[in-house]
Amino acid sequence: MIVTYAVLDGFDLGVGIVHLYVGRTETERRTVLRSVGPVWDGNEVWLIAGGGALFFAFPKMYALAFSGFYLPLIMVLWLLILRGISIEFRSHIESVVWHPFWDVAFAGASAMLAIFFGAALGNIVRGVPLGGSGYFFLPLFTDFTTGGRVGILDWFTILMGLSSLVALALHGALWVTLKTPGEPRERARHLAGHLWWATLVMTVALLAVVPLVQPHLGARFPDEPWGVIFPVIAAAGLFAIRWFNRMGRARDAFLASCAYIAGMLFSVAFGLYPYVLPSNLNTAASLTIYNSSTTAYGLEVGLAWFIPGILLAIGYFIFVYRSFAGEVRLDEEGY
Amino acid sequence: MEALTVHRIQFAFTVVFHYLFPQLTMGLALLIVAMKTLALRTGDEHYNHAARFWARIFAINFAIGVVTGIPMEFQFGTNWAGFSRYSGGIIGQTLAMEGVFSFFLESSFLGAFLFGEKRLGPRLHWLAAFLVFLGSWLSGFFIIATNAWMQHPVAYQSGPNGALALKSFWELLLNPWLGWQYLHNMIASVVTASVVMAALGAFYLLASRDQDYGRLFIRIGVTAGLIASALLIFPTGDEQGRNVAYYQPVTLAAMEGLFRSAAGAPLAIIGQPDVQAETLDNPILVPRALSFLTYRRWMAEVRGLDAFPRDTWPDNIPLLYYSYHIMVGLGTIFVAVLALAGFLLWRGRLYDTPLMLWVLMLLAPFPYIATTAGWMTAELGRQPWLVYGLLRTAEGSSVAVSSGNVIFTLLGFAGIYSVLAVLFLFLVYLEVERGPEPETQAGPQAQTAA
Ligand code: HDD
Ligand code: HEM
Ligand code: HEM
Repeated sequence: MIVTYAVLDGFDLGVGIVHLYVGRTETERRTVLRSVGPVWDGNEVWLIAGGGALFFAFPKMYALAFSGFYLPLIMVLWLLILRGISIEFRSHIESVVWHPFWDVAFAGASAMLAIFFGAALGNIVRGVPLGGSGYFFLPLFTDFTTGGRVGILDWFTILMGLSSLVALALHGALWVTLKTPGEPRERARHLAGHLWWATLVMTVALLAVVPLVQPHLGARFPDEPWGVIFPVIAAAGLFAIRWFNRMGRARDAFLASCAYIAGMLFSVAFGLYPYVLPSNLNTAASLTIYNSSTTAYGLEVGLAWFIPGILLAIGYFIFVYRSFAGEVRLDEEGY
Repeated sequence: MEALTVHRIQFAFTVVFHYLFPQLTMGLALLIVAMKTLALRTGDEHYNHAARFWARIFAINFAIGVVTGIPMEFQFGTNWAGFSRYSGGIIGQTLAMEGVFSFFLESSFLGAFLFGEKRLGPRLHWLAAFLVFLGSWLSGFFIIATNAWMQHPVAYQSGPNGALALKSFWELLLNPWLGWQYLHNMIASVVTASVVMAALGAFYLLASRDQDYGRLFIRIGVTAGLIASALLIFPTGDEQGRNVAYYQPVTLAAMEGLFRSAAGAPLAIIGQPDVQAETLDNPILVPRALSFLTYRRWMAEVRGLDAFPRDTWPDNIPLLYYSYHIMVGLGTIFVAVLALAGFLLWRGRLYDTPLMLWVLMLLAPFPYIATTAGWMTAELGRQPWLVYGLLRTAEGSSVAVSSGNVIFTLLGFAGIYSVLAVLFLFLVYLEVERGPEPETQAGPQAQTAA
């Protein structure tokens, strides 16, 4: 769920980040935004459905993590509000003041969200101060180190945040290359070339520091070597992006980017397993899939409706994406 | 301020605000399907233009519904960690089902409905409208299932770490509280949408513009509104009341301001409860009506608040009492006004009766007041329990989050939501000004792209 969210909403976040640059004139920008207009809300639902799934499957994790990350989560909510209304309400009024305002709001909120999501993942990888009481509450930042009394932001989570920013910007630029005609396409493609290098640098940097912060993450790979497939997919995806982008095969480049993001996230999930929320104080206090899930019956029921439900949802997605397949054209009627 | 109080205020504020939007979209979704059906049947393009116009209003509402709904879902975790931990194994199911079965449906096809009229053709476009309707009504179902479980918990057993776990899936969805609550609530949203539609029609007629559409809106709004507001009182409101009497008798006593148990209990139409003195001041009573309404016998014994220990009384009895009476009072007024309007419509005199048009136009805000009051009744009546009979509200909040933090975020929400409200009113005003008549050129997009 979360991975799907990252891959799908990732590109519209990315479009938000890059659209100021790739779309220079009003028409260009409108074309770029129209490429996500019909789908962003559906993409965001993955976040809700993911949250819901977490809620019933791991109520304890949901309760602890959400109250522990109280402040940043509420800020994420505010950003989501800002972003949602800026894309929806932009088109309602024709004015030279109104449009740029929402464009900047959209870009800013998208970029902040990309950073926040990366940082959130960073927090999970690093672990949180779960002690005996069972609850925790994190300040926004403390002394930027990763040990002891940590804050939401430290050097590691900031690094994760920035990596997510460049990776999603790349993802968005590739989507624009795929979906829009003319000038914006060329600019997006050019930009993707630069972003690719940034993504590569950040990925290598992360690989270098992760073992320092969370030694557990690497430990599982020697025992169960099949897990290596996830990082391999990620790496292959990353290099394929460059290849396809230079060849001008926009669709393949975008798919490669999906593979890269999914590969990275699965690698983390695989590496952390069975932990879902490690403690950085005391390993015994960590939440694992065993001590935070509901009963087997609850999980079975959940799966019994979840799988058909998701298949249905994928059906709608295919329908909607196919109805709006092809390049964006502005002459069509909006609402 | 105590952290618990602030958690409650924040949740109440955000949910009341959220609910202002879905109630219109859920009701409107039904009316839009009706208009699309009429368009297919009669071939009259007016219906299509009208549907397109309301779809634009729908979209503005929907956007705000979405952005204010996401915080609701998160707040279960952020503000009610104790509650989530305790009952997440159960209500997480219904909440996740809402996301999976309804939001996907609604949001995917809303996009198709709004952007795809040309690409889809009339029949598929009707289908898209229908699926949006289905999605929004399913969403209402799952969210009410969640609330119904909190009002009347069923299908649970004890699970790991002292939390609850699901015992039977079907029992959860067949909760006896759920059916009537769902119908009552959904029909209330039809009332909201119908009244708003009729009010806008009345406005167009009074302003002497878009006359054809004004009449059309009034016709649909008054007809649907009259049927829905009657169904709201009987059977759904009545059955809801009986559910409360049966499963939450102490809540019923508080709602009705009945301090002392009595056989042949009277129904208070007006009166002010005084909790200190345990009396209902300056009441106007209908003798024995309460006994009859709840138990269908004029002399049945109804237990008053004195029959229950004080620590199980709802903690804000006057507010509960007023909310309940406002809802019921407005419900009666809606039936009366809409019946009169329906009569004039039938005699063909409504469009030339300015006084009635004024009344219709000014009726618009009252369904919102009634639904908010209804929810206040339900939620305050559940106190002091968060999950009725199982978990007290005081045990449900997030202990790790201190009151200062919540005051800060509450102020933030208040600020952002006021901006949203201003934007919303402004954009709806623009749409109303623009009106349902399609512009002569290819539409606004084409004009500005030039
Ligand atoms: C247009 C709005 C509206 C109107 C006119 C009415 N209601 Fe209502 N009522 C609601 C909108 C509503 C609601 C907001 O939709 C509620 C809140 C929870 C729910 O499911 O529906 C509700 C709840 C609700 C409850 C449940 C309270 C609880 O759970 O503790 C009862 C007993 C009634 N209603 C009874 C009535 C009666 C007897 C009415 C007759 C006049 C009536 N309502 C009119
Ligand atoms: C249907 C889904 C809903 C669920 C699951 C739900 C759940 C909750 C929860 C968890 C609380 C906090 C605990 C408490 O104070 O008891 C609460 C309080 C409250 N809710 Fe709801 N709610 C729902 C719908 C609504 C709606 C639509 C409204 C109003 C429009 C509403 C109005 C309130 C109010 C006013 C309170 C504060 C009551 C108090 O603190 O005394 N609720 N609800
Ligand atoms: C009776 C109370 C409620 C009803 C009937 C209701 C119904 C709806 C509907 C129909 C929508 C679709 C958007 C729209 O049409 O505006 C929506 C949006 C949403 N609601 Fe509520 N809601 C209620 C209260 C709540 C509560 C208490 C929660 C918290 C769990 C919640 C969570 C959401 C979410 C997450 C969305 C966004 C969905 C999207 O992206 O489409 N709602 N709600």
